[in-house]
Amino acid sequence: MIARWPCSGAGGPVDELAVAFDRKRRFRLLVVPPLFEEMNRTRRLLVETLRRLDAGGIDGFLPDLPGCNESPQRFEDQSLYAWRAAMAQAARHFAATHVLAVRGGALVFPVILPGWVLEPVKGATILRQLLRARMLAAREAGVDEDMATLLEVGRTEGLDLAGYRCGPALIAGLESARAEDEGQIEIRQSDLGGGGALWLRAEPGEDAAQADALARRIIESIAA
Amino acid sequence: MSGRPDPDDATDATLRAILVDVTGLSSVRAAALGPDSGLFGALPELDSMAVATLLGEIEERFDLTIADDEIDGSLLETFGALLAFVDAKRAA
Repeated sequence: MIARWPCSGAGGPVDELAVAFDRKRRFRLLVVPPLFEEMNRTRRLLVETLRRLDAGGIDGFLPDLPGCNESPQRFEDQSLYAWRAAMAQAARHFAATHVLAVRGGALVFPVILPGWVLEPVKGATILRQLLRARMLAAREAGVDEDMATLLEVGRTEGLDLAGYRCGPALIAGLESARAEDEGQIEIRQSDLGGGGALWLRAEPGEDAAQADALARRIIESIAA
Repeated sequence: MSGRPDPDDATDATLRAILVDVTGLSSVRAAALGPDSGLFGALPELDSMAVATLLGEIEERFDLTIADDEIDGSLLETFGALLAFVDAKRAA
């Protein structure tokens, strides 16, 4: 269930963890999770989807992004480049044949694999939301912070955003990153049966119907 | 409160739907929100991160841009204030 995979890491090689449903089958799906809080909010949806895929005959792997979840690495050392390299390593290690990138995961997934992107989002959109949250929290505490100044500081010194210590490389990367697309199929939230998107939810939820729909879409088109 | 006195029904419905998606509020509770119902500070689910998510979704679904200096305490104080703001932005 929990598998290790080797990651280069900023300070040398480390073992990272992944949720794995591995029965050495023909189709092997790597799931690249969303970034920041959206990763936590969608974790149940993604693991539940992997369970359904497993029942449907497809192996699945959900690796931690370095610096997140059970990773031994520091979040502060991460960048989109590092996450992209790590996801490529995970894909190789697990011999993934397909990829599902979710939201901000579409900024760092291995584009050489065929597969799907679920509601991809631009790096600038993610960054703006994090900066806004910080500004709102500061204002509540009676401190006036200006987005442009925050961004300037972030580019040179890094920044605490929503509890994440973001290094300058991550800030700079997010500013300009756009979802990559090498012909992967885009899945919209509206394709998942009409429920609200779980990554929006302030308190994480789950939705069996959405996991069913997501797994079904992948099973139907993986062999096509 | 600014904006037109009678916000368009579709705007009202979409804004309630966004609140349901972001806060996990039941649709019954969302439907019961009146102009004076409190939001930021009144709904425990609406912390600063949730408000940022809410504003992002409003921009996305109504295809509008909210400037940083438009975000102040009064904007999110009540459902009516937020609805009037979105309605005025859409009419602009």
